Formats: sequence, C-alpha cells, structure tokens
Amino acid sequence: MASITYRDALNQALAEEMARDDSVFLMGEEVAEYDGAYKVSKGLLDRFGDRRVVDTPISELGFAGLGVGAAMVGLKPVIEFMTFNFSLLALDQAINSAAKMLYMSGGQIHLPMVFRGPTGAALQLGAQHSQSCATWYVHAPGIKVVTPATPADAKGLLKAAIRDEDPVAFMEGELLYNVKGEVPGPEDGDFVIPLGLADVKREGSDVSIVTNGAMVHLALTVAAKLEKDGVNAEVLDLRSLRPLDVDAILATVRKTNRAVVLEEGWPYVGIGAQIVSIIQDEAFDDLDAPVVRVTQADIPMPYAKNLEVMAKPSVQRVVDACNRVLYRN
Amino acid sequence: MATTVHMEALSPTMEEGQVVRWLKAEGAAVTSGEVIAEVETDKATMELVARADGKLRKIFISEGGVAPVGSVIAVIGAEGEDISALLPDGATAQAGGGGAARPAAAAEVGAPTARAAASVAVPPEAQPAPAAVAEPTVVVEEPRSDGGRVKASPLARRLAADGGIPLASIRGSGPGGRIVKRDVEQAAKEPAPLARPALPPPSDADYADVPLTQMRKTIARRLVESIGPVPHFFLTIDVDMTRVVDARKRVNALLDSRGIKVSYNDIVLKATAVALRQHPNCNSHWGGDHIRQFNRVHLGVAVAVDDGLITPIVRDAHVKGIAQIAEEVRELAGRARERKLKPDEYTGATFSVSNLGMFGIEAFTGVINPPEAGILAVGALEERAVVEAGQVVVRPRMRITMSCDHRVIDGAQGARFLETLKAILEEPLTALV
Repeated sequence: MASITYRDALNQALAEEMARDDSVFLMGEEVAEYDGAYKVSKGLLDRFGDRRVVDTPISELGFAGLGVGAAMVGLKPVIEFMTFNFSLLALDQAINSAAKMLYMSGGQIHLPMVFRGPTGAALQLGAQHSQSCATWYVHAPGIKVVTPATPADAKGLLKAAIRDEDPVAFMEGELLYNVKGEVPGPEDGDFVIPLGLADVKREGSDVSIVTNGAMVHLALTVAAKLEKDGVNAEVLDLRSLRPLDVDAILATVRKTNRAVVLEEGWPYVGIGAQIVSIIQDEAFDDLDAPVVRVTQADIPMPYAKNLEVMAKPSVQRVVDACNRVLYRN
Repeated sequence: MATTVHMEALSPTMEEGQVVRWLKAEGAAVTSGEVIAEVETDKATMELVARADGKLRKIFISEGGVAPVGSVIAVIGAEGEDISALLPDGATAQAGGGGAARPAAAAEVGAPTARAAASVAVPPEAQPAPAAVAEPTVVVEEPRSDGGRVKASPLARRLAADGGIPLASIRGSGPGGRIVKRDVEQAAKEPAPLARPALPPPSDADYADVPLTQMRKTIARRLVESIGPVPHFFLTIDVDMTRVVDARKRVNALLDSRGIKVSYNDIVLKATAVALRQHPNCNSHWGGDHIRQFNRVHLGVAVAVDDGLITPIVRDAHVKGIAQIAEEVRELAGRARERKLKPDEYTGATFSVSNLGMFGIEAFTGVINPPEAGILAVGALEERAVVEAGQVVVRPRMRITMSCDHRVIDGAQGARFLETLKAILEEPLTALV
C-alpha cells in the first residue's frame, strides 16, 4: 500500500496487466516515445517494447478500427484517446463496431478491448476540448462505461476493464491525474475491483449526493461544508455508469430520503436523467422531496476563465440543491 | 378465496365516500367484522368493516381519496394467493408502501346503486355492499382535484399511513403546502385532531378556494333538490312566550337535582310534536303519487356543525317529556359535531325544526328537507312592545315561520297547525291535558 497519484496508479495497472497477459497491448497518440501525453504510459515502451506499446498517427477512427480488428483475432488492445473529445471521430468504430459486434455475430465475437483516456473539462481548454463524453458511450448497449474518481479505483477498475471480455470505455480525468491516494501495490497481490459496483465515499444520513468521476471530489467538499451546518451528507460514487449499480442508488435513497445527482456533463438527457428516472420509479415511496440535478450549464464550455467557472457545477450550486431537497431556506 | 372490498353504502343516501383513514396497512391481517377504515359519507364519518378473513393484500385508494359507492377499494386474500383477477384494470400486484392510489384505467365507473329514493321513508338500518358491483373492471378514481387533493411527498404519505394520521389533518410546510416528513413527525407528537380537509394556507391573494367537504356537497345537492322542485310557501306567527318563560324556570328548578337543563327550543320541540299529532296532514311526507301521513312524530333538530349542518332525530317526540327531549338533543348534537352519528339517527324524520334564535335572528325561512312536508324556523325570544287591551306592554315574544310544501299542505292547513302550536306555547298546560 502506498500513497501514489492517479496517474501512477493507472501506470501500475497497465504494467501489471501487460506483464500478466502477452496479448494486452497499448496503442494511441504519443503513448510510446513520449511516455504518453499525460505520462500515464511512462516507462512502458522501455519495459515491453514497441510491439506492445504502439504510437499512432493522429487518426482516431483508424486506430480505433485497428483495435477492433485486433480484438477480433484474439488480442487485448488498450486504445488510448488523448482525450475522449477526440474520440467523437472514432465513434463509428467504438459504437457501430465494438459495441454491436457481439450482438450482430450472434454471441460469437467478443471484443476484449478498452478505450481509455481523460474526459470532461480541465481548465480553459475551450468548447471542443472540455466535453464530458460519457453520454455518447453509455447510450449504446454493448459497451461498458467506467469513471474512476480515486487512484485506488483507477487501478482496480482498469485491471478489471482490461480483463473484461467485452468493450469498456474507461474514462479518466485530466484534473484527476495528480490526485493522490492510498493504492495497493503489486506486493499486495492482484488488486481488481469488479465493474458495476458503486462505492459510498462518505457515509451520511440526511441527503445523498449521487455522482461519479471528478465530481466526486466536489461532492466531498460540499459534504464537508454542509457538515458545519449540521447536515450529514452521504456521497455515492457510482464508479461504473454501465452497468449501473442500481441497488446502491436505491439503498442510499432509502436511507436519506432525498437525493441530489451531480454530473459533469450537460443537463439535457445527461447521465443524471437516467439516475433520476430510476430513483423516482423504484424508490418513489422513499422520497421526501423531488430529486434535484446539478450539471454543467447547457452551453458549450466557455474559454473565458470567469465564464468557465460559472458554467461548471460549483460548491454553492450543490449546497443550494441539497438545501432545496432538505426544505431548508 | 380472495375477495374485493367495496366502498359500501354506509348511509342510504350516500353516493360516494372519502377514505379518511386506513386502520390497516397493506399486508396486515384482517378478520371479518373488523374495522379496516374510516370513511366520510355525506353526513358523518363511518366505519368500514372487513367482510372476510385474510390479509389486506392491496389497497387501491389512499387516505383522502374519494370513490363512488360500489367501487372496489381493496382486496383481501391469503398471503401469496393470486389476486390478479380481482385487480382493477391498470393496477399491478406489486407490494407497495401503505396504500398508494393506482392510476385509473379508462373503464367506466359503475353508477351508484345504493341511493334510496327520496320519496319513500328510508329504513333505519344502513344497507351494506350494494348489488351491482362484482366486475373487476370497476375502477377507483384518483383523488379528485375538486375534492381537495392533498399534496404530500411519497415518504410523508407512507409515514402518515403507517402512523394512522389522516393526511388531511396535517399542515404542510413544503412548497405549495406540500406535506413532508417533518410535518408528519410533528403531527405524530400532537394529539390526534378531528379528520377534516385542511384549509388552504393563508396568503395575500384576493381569494382562496376552499375544497368542498362531503357534507357541503350533500347540503348543496339536497337543498337544490328541495327549493327547486318543492313549492315552498311561508307562514309566520308571533307567539307570546310569557308562560313558557315561567314554566321553563319552574321545570329547570325541578330538574336541577337530575342535572338536566331544558332550553326554550326543547319546549318548542315538544309543543311542535303535540301540535303535529293534531294535524297529521302537516306531519307528512310527499311520496310522488301519494302523501304519507305519520301517526308518530320524529322531529329532525337542525344542529350546526363545523362547516355545515345536520338534523339528528328525536324519535317519538310526541310521547317524550321535555327532560328526555332535552337530554337527547344535547347528546345527539354533541355527537353530530364530532361527526359520529349513525345513519338511522339522521334519517327518517317526519318534520324538522331549526332554531337560529341564539344568534339574535328575529325570523327566517327554512328550506324543507325532502321528503318532509314542512319545517319550522324558530327566531329569537325577545322582549317586545305589544298592544294588549289597548295598552302597550312589554312581553317576551318569539316569531316562528313555517315553510310548507304546497303539494302536501295548503295555506289554511298550515295556518291551523300554527294556530294550535301558538295556543300550546301560550298556555303550556294545553300539552298536559
């Protein structure tokens, strides 16, 4: 066990899986010679060589398709998108090929591949480079979507994603790479977290904040602030968006009777909409208040610093949402 | 063998009922004859009993919900028994939290079958489950917006149901008056209030709409049925009450040791009963194709209750002494205010008396309660200047106005009855001989 960064946790996961299974390889822009645009693949070229760590041209659709083909013949590709914003170019391969191959082949062709990279806004990257891309992927049946928030979750979930026999979109966060946390090391054994399980990051009794990815850290900040006001908030980190841990969602709502869903993306048909739909359908009698969502503003992300701050979810907006469901003025 | 629970006709004139409170929650064991719900009818709050043993498997109407007589409102069956055949269209057999109302499917609601014809004397006993409803396609309507739908969070509904607190009695602190968890918790700490619909929260608006209670709806409907079709005319007399004032003092002195106090109205009731015996044509019901003249006098005594009025009955008033009449009126009025009258206690009067004297009303005209043929409106007893033997003197006087159904009572007949009544009141000993 050691306190390492989210970036290093991912690096450990890749190294362990590549050592464990020869068919695992990493492919993407700058992953080899440059050690990765965000240094996630640092040292892997030296350790595993250029057949296992492959630099590509700027051609997302091309190398995503290459990955699909490789998976079809028995390899286990980890396809890195420098950010998931660029993967929009590759959606035809990710959705129409990868997600649908198992169904269209009548269950014959599994594609044990992982699409990974950072998603969501960083700081002043502008409208095209700040999107929360989970919605594009989670909508299609046939591809799993995972969004780890902490270093330990990043390592355990990436190992599980690589071992999964079907496609997984593994979405990291640019602002998360430097977050530090306790992570079991190789000396602690094979640390794998199963996909599809949420995690209560903070126990509470008065209100549930249901969230994922970078927003988990915002939620924890909000909870600390509410604590000073005597409100005890529970923070549920979904970790997987597909499959969704519905039981965990219902359990937290049953416990606190009120929920705020916090997400990084746009409000219209965002991830939170699905969660609210499930809560009102299956936990109706446990609700003392409507479920309230906090999301990015329904606009392309501004470049100007002050506008970007206003567009993103903030501590105050989440606190206001919690007060609303608590009927506190 | 699973059975359906119907909204029963708990009074002969009842057309719909409002569930005030479920005494049993979904899943609870019930035995035949056990009270499972309190239902507000057109006049009073009644108990609904289970007609079978088993578990209350499904409730289709939540507290505050209104359903027509005859509709299916719940199912009793054994644990695990398949009850799908008994469910109204559109409902599912999932276990839910305490009695959530199911959305109605499009099936027509069966016509109320238990309405007694107004033209015949009603039987004193309330009839249980009406004949027409066995089909599972009769559905329960959602609580109506005109009936005062209560806004409450799903959790608050469940907590109130579990705690046996009528939602209608809880004041909501959420947006729009929504009842939320803390309101239910608060109400649980307070003593149980009477079940009545919550008034809208005070506001600065120019008006506030007050939802109609069952009683108001009934009063509105019944009296329109009266003033409309019934050809009313009105006769007024002014009665010298000197001897009544004196008699009352003496009677109350006699009754002091028994703890009974006789009021002026009790004396008027007795005098009316005696007078009616002598004028059976006024102690009558309009029967459409006949007039029923009664030999016994059952007087309906109008009692003002919260938000309305009801007429509990003093039966055989012609043979009861005023002490007994006084006691009965007191007892019935008390229970009327608590909405605890049984149907046979407010149906079956032959004639009615209404008194607004305590409000200083000099005289007024009452609306007849069909199928009765008349009603007396008693005004205030006041000292007035009158002329006796050419002199102006001060006497206690009381004006009584009789409303008559002209199909049953003609002017002269009504006048003769009032003449008799006046004679009795001006010389009470007349009633003794």
